[in-house]
Amino acid sequence: MDARHIELLGKSDTELLEISRMFMLALNLEEMQKVQDYFKRHGRNPTDIELETFAQTWSEHCVHKTFRGNIEYNGQKINNLLKSYIIKATNDLRMPWCVHVFEDNAGIVEFNDKHNIAVKVETHNHPSALDPYGGAGTGSGGVFRDVMGVGAKPIMSTDILFFAPPDYPHDKLPKGVLHPKRLMKGVVAGIRDYGNRMGIPTANGGFGFHEGYVGNPLVYAGCLGIMPKEKYVRDAKPGDKIVLAGGRTGRDGIHGVTFASLELSTDSKKTSSGAVQIGNAIEEKRVLDGQLKARDVRDVPLYSAITDCGGGGLSSAIGEMGKKTGARVWLDKVPLKYDGLEPWEIWISEAQERMLLAVPEENVAEVLEIFREENTEANVIGEFTSDKKLTLMFNDKTIGELDMGFLHDGFPKAEKKAVLKISEKKDPDLQDQKDFGMDVKALLSSPTIASKEWVIRQYDHEVQAKTVIKPIQGLGGPGDACVLRPIYDEWKGVVVSNGYNPRFSGNPYNMALSAIDEAMRNNVCCGGRRIALLDNFSWGNPEKPDRLGALVEAVKACHDGSLAFCAPFISGKDSLYNEYSLGGAKDTISIPYTLVITAVGIIPDVRKAVTMDLKMAGNPVYMVGETKDEMDGSHYYMIKHVDGGTVPGVDLAKAKESMDSLVEAMDAGLVRACHDCSEGGLAVAAAEMCFAGGLGMRIDLDNVQQKCIVKNHKLLFSESNSRFLVEVAKGKEDEFENLMGSHVSRIGEVTQRNNLLVAGLNGRAIIDEDIDDLRKAWRKTFDW
Amino acid sequence: MVKTLVLRADGTNCDEETAYAFHLAGSHADRVHINELIKGKKSLDDYQILAIPGGFAHGDDVASGKILANLIRFKLNKDFVKFIESGKLVIGICNGFQAIVKAGLLPAFGGFGNQEATLAANDSGYFIDKWVTLNHVNKGKCVFTKGMKSEIFVPINHAEGKFIASSEILHSLETNDQVVFTYKDNPNGSMNSIAGICNTQGNVFGLMPHPEKFVSKYTHPFWTRDKWLPEEGDGLAIFRNAVNYAKKKF
Repeated sequence: MDARHIELLGKSDTELLEISRMFMLALNLEEMQKVQDYFKRHGRNPTDIELETFAQTWSEHCVHKTFRGNIEYNGQKINNLLKSYIIKATNDLRMPWCVHVFEDNAGIVEFNDKHNIAVKVETHNHPSALDPYGGAGTGSGGVFRDVMGVGAKPIMSTDILFFAPPDYPHDKLPKGVLHPKRLMKGVVAGIRDYGNRMGIPTANGGFGFHEGYVGNPLVYAGCLGIMPKEKYVRDAKPGDKIVLAGGRTGRDGIHGVTFASLELSTDSKKTSSGAVQIGNAIEEKRVLDGQLKARDVRDVPLYSAITDCGGGGLSSAIGEMGKKTGARVWLDKVPLKYDGLEPWEIWISEAQERMLLAVPEENVAEVLEIFREENTEANVIGEFTSDKKLTLMFNDKTIGELDMGFLHDGFPKAEKKAVLKISEKKDPDLQDQKDFGMDVKALLSSPTIASKEWVIRQYDHEVQAKTVIKPIQGLGGPGDACVLRPIYDEWKGVVVSNGYNPRFSGNPYNMALSAIDEAMRNNVCCGGRRIALLDNFSWGNPEKPDRLGALVEAVKACHDGSLAFCAPFISGKDSLYNEYSLGGAKDTISIPYTLVITAVGIIPDVRKAVTMDLKMAGNPVYMVGETKDEMDGSHYYMIKHVDGGTVPGVDLAKAKESMDSLVEAMDAGLVRACHDCSEGGLAVAAAEMCFAGGLGMRIDLDNVQQKCIVKNHKLLFSESNSRFLVEVAKGKEDEFENLMGSHVSRIGEVTQRNNLLVAGLNGRAIIDEDIDDLRKAWRKTFDW
Repeated sequence: MVKTLVLRADGTNCDEETAYAFHLAGSHADRVHINELIKGKKSLDDYQILAIPGGFAHGDDVASGKILANLIRFKLNKDFVKFIESGKLVIGICNGFQAIVKAGLLPAFGGFGNQEATLAANDSGYFIDKWVTLNHVNKGKCVFTKGMKSEIFVPINHAEGKFIASSEILHSLETNDQVVFTYKDNPNGSMNSIAGICNTQGNVFGLMPHPEKFVSKYTHPFWTRDKWLPEEGDGLAIFRNAVNYAKKKF
């Protein structure tokens, strides 16, 4: 085993690109030239392991070239999207409860005076496309380790999944692609087996279905953890030993991050299956138990820094941890699953369940023993130095030596062009029907809206006994958020929700604002406030100016939404290159622009949390917010096979004010049930509240607060933002109306009759449906 | 003070809430890894109650609870048998139930070490997380459920919870008052709807559902609907019975 030298000096541009392609480095010409210059200055050729180190460290996955690069957009120069917009909003808001944001493996915010919470959401799209079970499982494993990587204990997980519709015709399936139903079953099983075994409740999540995901499904995995404030350390010092704990290293997960930075194609299965890691949840549980012991056995942790081995493997973990000091690594000391790995493979393998710790010499023996007690391995594989160099050794021979400074800051700033393409189409302005019962049922059965009980009951969503509000609420209805009580003896809770609207891709700015509004809404529905946000972008190829233009618009919306809601972003991630190449250079399927917003709120007393199921006949029903003629991207137009019109926007000032008031009303005990109006609009929200509560509802559309709408179907199914349906305790009407002011209208009441009855603008009944039939329609799609 | 040992193995994941339930019931509870017992760093002699909580010990590889069962059987059998024969209390919940059944500690009609029943894959073929109503059918043998009401509501969270035994064993369990809980609406295909059983002395108790997940009203799935729910969850009585018994007896 030795490293070999790669001829780089004197190579032409075409040859450089050929080298990048041959070794799957995913580096572009400019980056290859930079690397070439570096070695020219040092008067030698690189070794394979050095070249791989650049490819990992400079990968889109690790440094977010697009987000941090220069973009020319409509004549405007943007230097670093992330800093100019998202982080800027967080900095401007200056919330004192933001503890560590955008700097570590997970975003950290305050929970109470003794504890912080850590949150992270990741994507694991490409691996899940090739190997749904393994890809999704290791996606969960990876995000759990992100939270472990700040020293927190994971207490819940969330998974948001996007596929093509489960009834996608087999004969239309592009070559090399798995059927969405098979993908979904595999992904769900992967998440189930990893989370359930680790004992981390999957208490929140979501699904989106759209033809655009046929070649490239999306798998978002998120995790929330809790930790004592004083146990956070992040200070590797020269002389500290590098301890690798957990699983052994194998040939799985080689080139994971560079694979993630390329488009998928019909050949991916052949060329990149080795990039998918192999997971073992119990191994990760052993490591978790060990690291928590190493954290808590004394007043201060036995380690001085901790991080996970994720994308880029040891290369990224050690490179990052030793950035300011320098590090020397003895690769022959890394325990292997089997013999025969080249040193560079050991260095970049993304084999799972490995944590990296910086341990002061005097604690090493104790740390190793702690992991041994948990039946897992820990080994010293190197040490931190003060020479600001990354030195890689194998059997006492130096096989790589790079300047930390150049490695982390030497990459050329990407220069990209972006344009905005908004295709506007006239609203089809459908004729009203006499009866909308069939439409409501069709919407309830459409895959995005339909019951996911089949999935939710396979996930253990209450292990750890902290789940106070569960994903299925009442007698069986879709919850808006989950509420956890992280500390057994305290009533303070965390509220976790999410929002996404890929169907609004036609207007990326409004799409992103809608996702933020929805995540906020869902959180507020259960009583959440003081909300922190996470952004996760899955996008098409950013080299294509229209995709990048849309990204810029969405990022701008994040900035504006964050400021207006006073909800800072604390962490985020982007997964670009989500396109499926059919062969030809231009022939690709891009996913719809998909921004998932995760909202993490707190609730001072979980006993005041609210669920969405109707509680008692006779209670009045109010609607918060205004319904507008915003039908583009709606589920109603989807089932009617038409499009056009306006994508819903957000009146930010009004949205913030009404949500704040609603939370106040909940604290005052006025609200018995609350549900947001999203996919399927008012009609679907009302139906869900009915069957979840086993009660009927009577609504009069004449009383709905609205703007210039003359058609019943638009009032019923518009997906305008910032709207809620609220059941108020009888006798509390005045108090509620005074609190909510102009934001509410009283539209009906809860009834003892077993039906949803809606009177249209003409005063006639336009929906009169038995709630058992509505429930059946909602349940049948995923009755697998 | 009564001391409870909450046993951990690789992949145990309900140890924290089980320890908390014992804490609420008035016992001191230590979470101890099985390696510490095997190596003699901790001793069962110092405890009056042993709880084997839920989880996926060793990933449920081979079969659920099987590897943990073998660790108990081949490395700790003497200590466990001594603990049980001295009348001290053992509770196995979910994965812990699977383990003590497979280790031959429950029901143990024919002596310790012979497996006489099993927990097999649910009829649905899937892991199930769901709240179920249990009938409390024990007439007084089981120390843990003495005086409990006739129906309790608790969650199940398992993939292999189908109780299977020969007709002779089933007959013995039923005639000896060793069936403790049955499902009102059988969720996994268990024979005779059995959800939990105890040994002939009533001091070893195992069940698939999770009483430790319902010690407070606020984990109940309908607590926002039902204002008459008591603050205390149905499951706590099991832990309190055990602690009170141990307090008196030891």
